[in-house]
Amino acid sequence: MNKENLKYTKTHEWIGIEGDVAYIGVSDFAQSQMGDIVFVDLPKVGAKAEKEKQICVVESVKSAFDIYSPVNGEVIEVNSALSDNPALINQEPYGNGWICKMKISDKSQLDSLMDFKTYEEFVKTQAH
Amino acid sequence: MNDIQKFDTRLSVEKSKDGKRGVHFKRTIDDHSIDSKYLRKTEPKLPQMSEFDAVRHFTKLSKMNFSVDTHFYPLGSCTMKYNPKINEETSSMTGFASVHPLALTECAQGTLEIIYDMKTRLCELCGMDDATLWPVAGAHGEFTGVLVAKKHFEVKGELRDEIIVPDSAHGTNPATVTMAGFKTINIKSGADGRIDLNVLKQNLNSKTAVLMLTLPNTLGIFETHIEDIIKLCHDNGTLVYMDGANMNALIGLVKPGDFGVDIMHLNLHKTFSTPHGGGGPGSGAILVKKHLSDYLPVPIVVKKEGGFSVEENRPNTIGRIKAFFTNTAVLLRAYTYMIMHGPKEFKEISENAIINANYIKSKLNKYYPAYANEFCMHECVLTPSKELEEKGIKTLDIAKRLLDYGFHAPTVYFPLIVHEAIMIEPTETENKDTIDAFIETMIKIYEEGINNPETLKNAPHTMPVKRLDEVKAAREPNLRW
Amino acid sequence: MFISNTEEEKKEMLKMIGVKSFEELVKQVPSKFLNPKFNLPDGLNEIEAYKKMKDLSEKNNALLSFVGGGVYERYTPAVVKHITQRTEFLTAYTPYQAEASQGILQTIYEYQSLMSELYGMDYSNASMYDGSTALAEAVKACVRISGKTKIIYSSIINPKYMDVVKTYFAGNKEYEFVSVPHKNGSVDLDKFNQLLDDKTACAVVSNPNYLGFIEDIEEFNKIAKSKNVLTVCMADPVSLAILKTPGEAGFDFAVGEGQSLGLPLSYGGPYLGIFTCKKQHLRQMPGRICGMTVDKDGKRGFTLTLQAREQHIRREKAPSNICSNQALCALSVTIYLTLLGKEGLKELALLNHNLAVYASKKLFEAGIKTKYDKPFFNEFAFDVENAESLRKNIACSKKIDIGITASELGEEFKNTVISAFTETKNEKEIDLYVSAIKEYSKSPAMKK
Repeated sequence: MNKENLKYTKTHEWIGIEGDVAYIGVSDFAQSQMGDIVFVDLPKVGAKAEKEKQICVVESVKSAFDIYSPVNGEVIEVNSALSDNPALINQEPYGNGWICKMKISDKSQLDSLMDFKTYEEFVKTQAH
Repeated sequence: MNDIQKFDTRLSVEKSKDGKRGVHFKRTIDDHSIDSKYLRKTEPKLPQMSEFDAVRHFTKLSKMNFSVDTHFYPLGSCTMKYNPKINEETSSMTGFASVHPLALTECAQGTLEIIYDMKTRLCELCGMDDATLWPVAGAHGEFTGVLVAKKHFEVKGELRDEIIVPDSAHGTNPATVTMAGFKTINIKSGADGRIDLNVLKQNLNSKTAVLMLTLPNTLGIFETHIEDIIKLCHDNGTLVYMDGANMNALIGLVKPGDFGVDIMHLNLHKTFSTPHGGGGPGSGAILVKKHLSDYLPVPIVVKKEGGFSVEENRPNTIGRIKAFFTNTAVLLRAYTYMIMHGPKEFKEISENAIINANYIKSKLNKYYPAYANEFCMHECVLTPSKELEEKGIKTLDIAKRLLDYGFHAPTVYFPLIVHEAIMIEPTETENKDTIDAFIETMIKIYEEGINNPETLKNAPHTMPVKRLDEVKAAREPNLRW
Repeated sequence: MFISNTEEEKKEMLKMIGVKSFEELVKQVPSKFLNPKFNLPDGLNEIEAYKKMKDLSEKNNALLSFVGGGVYERYTPAVVKHITQRTEFLTAYTPYQAEASQGILQTIYEYQSLMSELYGMDYSNASMYDGSTALAEAVKACVRISGKTKIIYSSIINPKYMDVVKTYFAGNKEYEFVSVPHKNGSVDLDKFNQLLDDKTACAVVSNPNYLGFIEDIEEFNKIAKSKNVLTVCMADPVSLAILKTPGEAGFDFAVGEGQSLGLPLSYGGPYLGIFTCKKQHLRQMPGRICGMTVDKDGKRGFTLTLQAREQHIRREKAPSNICSNQALCALSVTIYLTLLGKEGLKELALLNHNLAVYASKKLFEAGIKTKYDKPFFNEFAFDVENAESLRKNIACSKKIDIGITASELGEEFKNTVISAFTETKNEKEIDLYVSAIKEYSKSPAMKK
């Protein structure tokens, strides 16, 4: 995915639209803050996701991070490659490190998210 | 001596040879009438060693550890004090060791008397009214204590489902809250590391069941406004639970019951000197005020004419928390320790623990500034100085370098609210010479960090292994042979 | 009492800190609370304390005991006691600093391996408090995994264990516990099948069961699996030297009380909670886990791992609040099993079984049959008249404890005695036990 075409949340998830389907992952900034990811507790296919509610957990050696859904929807596929190789999130956060695919119920929710430029500015305020 | 001889890290199963045996039982014929559908099909892969092989194997492994008896062990929050040897003698006396928990109570009068007397003494020491000695760990005690609170509100017919936990609390507190079916309300500590009365007030409402607080808190400081805190809670119908993991700071000095605490737990493996055993067994007695007595877990040991007995029938009990009483042999150790201390000796514990901690804090302040700019109780929380941070030195590097110098590391990265925390608890039993040597070493490490930071970043250098790949361990779990 | 500093040193330290007295250090504590009066006796010195404890220990009264019911009188080999008393093990704590705790970590890794092998399961954790809390945690794990609310359990599992499981669910009223009746001393599998529904989170069975009889755990598991229900087996570790393992039978979780593996009874503990699971449930396993890895030079080493599940990181979202394990008991069991090896453990299991068979034959000759005609391991149930007073009478007059009654299981078992047989007994002692039962169950006092 081209990171410049994605939408971002304040909790550092990204969402990318391909037709009717949305891909969800975490930003490069997020993965760098997490450190070496050792496990992804993937959501269940069919799970209902709610905007800003937790959909899954990503673990590093000494921390666990809740991942929040950017929008309302239903999980239709998960990236099972992460089960064997969670480091994909570190290596390709916008590519093979995607977490799940979702069917969005309300596309207008996308409008409340940040575009790439705004997100980059936002990240600058987060880093110290 | 080469490494293989010094640190033979082969697993027992890698040393195993068919035909070797350590223990023999009376031989019986391998004939039984059990139907084969009930039988195991494959043999378990257990090692085959001679008795001496096994002794050598485990003795060598014992040498590859730091322990209280061999090294200064200032692990904050864990109270790694000296474990008196007499405790080991008394707790393993045949009369105690051989009694079955389901034996007739007539056969266990000695043990029951100890349990009964110990409860009485603990209540007196803490200013509480009743106790249960059944929880086998601090976390188990917390769970029991919170269930007692739950029962209290259930019986009163009040629906309260929130528990307030300050952000400086042990991780077990919020985990316990969830286990007991409550919701955690985290509150932020004030700038001085204490509970902020206004923040507390804002969070107390008709749903607040309990305030769980650690005293002294995890920054090693006392909640000076304890009376106000407790009054605010009680006025709101909220119970106050005290995590007594840090009781080593208060023993013989104050009685928590006097402040108004409703429920508290004690870690007998901390304050009352029972050995930590490499991670357990422990003991986590809880103490309560009279109004909560009915809810304590069964069984209840009662004293009657003619002796002690055990009662199960308590209509309002929270139930049973462990199948068979408790880690009784741990209680026996703690009891031995207790009877060797009168009021005077108990106060010496907290007094010396507090002096030792403040001594370290004041001597290291220049190199590792303390989080709180005031005297501490039994432990102090330090951080690496700015100069060290500039060299890229992390708390972890300091911890690992200490191992090279023969000191166990303090607790690190806890409490979470302190950046790069170094939490030091020397306890009352450590002597000044060792503490001085520790202080000197910490200063030396500081200097190394400034002049030769790589030495720290690559530490330890002298342990059986160097820094371990924890990412590999977690990504590719190898948990058995 | 155990303070190392002299008064002189204390003064020096106070001076260095910059205070005149200790009282200045504790000004943060409201003074009205300081130095209350303690109504406690003076401290004893070591000899006095030893003597007091010795006297108390002699108030306990050890009988020739055939008491079982989950924990058993066992022989602990001398090596086990000596090694576990080594202070490098005894006085260390949880191996937070892995490099300075390789010995303990390796013993935990060996322990996890031994338990996985014994139970035939994929993984074991570093241990739990005891068998009952391990069972409670396994049931909780099933509830988390399945998201369902009904727990089905065998009615002839140790009732104290189920008490604990229920206490662990005290926080959550929506959970429902349903017990499966027994049929001739083992789980009624037809009834079990009928009880399973789409709300069922898990099914729990004990092998051998509380009455000592062996269950068909494979069939039990098969029935549960046909309805997609998770399974938990509570199994005695010594019996697993010969009996089918929970792993072979396909269980999701297997737990047990490790006391059987040479730990002293000590009126309740410390014991050892064995907790094992199938690979796919690894992340739901509570408690400490040790893993093998390499150091920066590529050398093999051990460390605590999968810690992101635990309470110190997940806080209110952790699967359990447990933060210790019964490390010293796990070490004890590791040494025990290393000394016995697979042959020794089998020999022990057969000896236990054969002694129990011997006792059952002798009782049969005396006119007492086991309660059900079922295979048992080292413990069995039988009926007598007025079981509770029979037990007390024999204890009083013969100094023999024939075992507990199963009355906690209900009216049906009011006069059922459960006796257990281990390597600590020989045929002669069993003969004494049998003749005592024979004598007293026929005495006129018993026949009213």
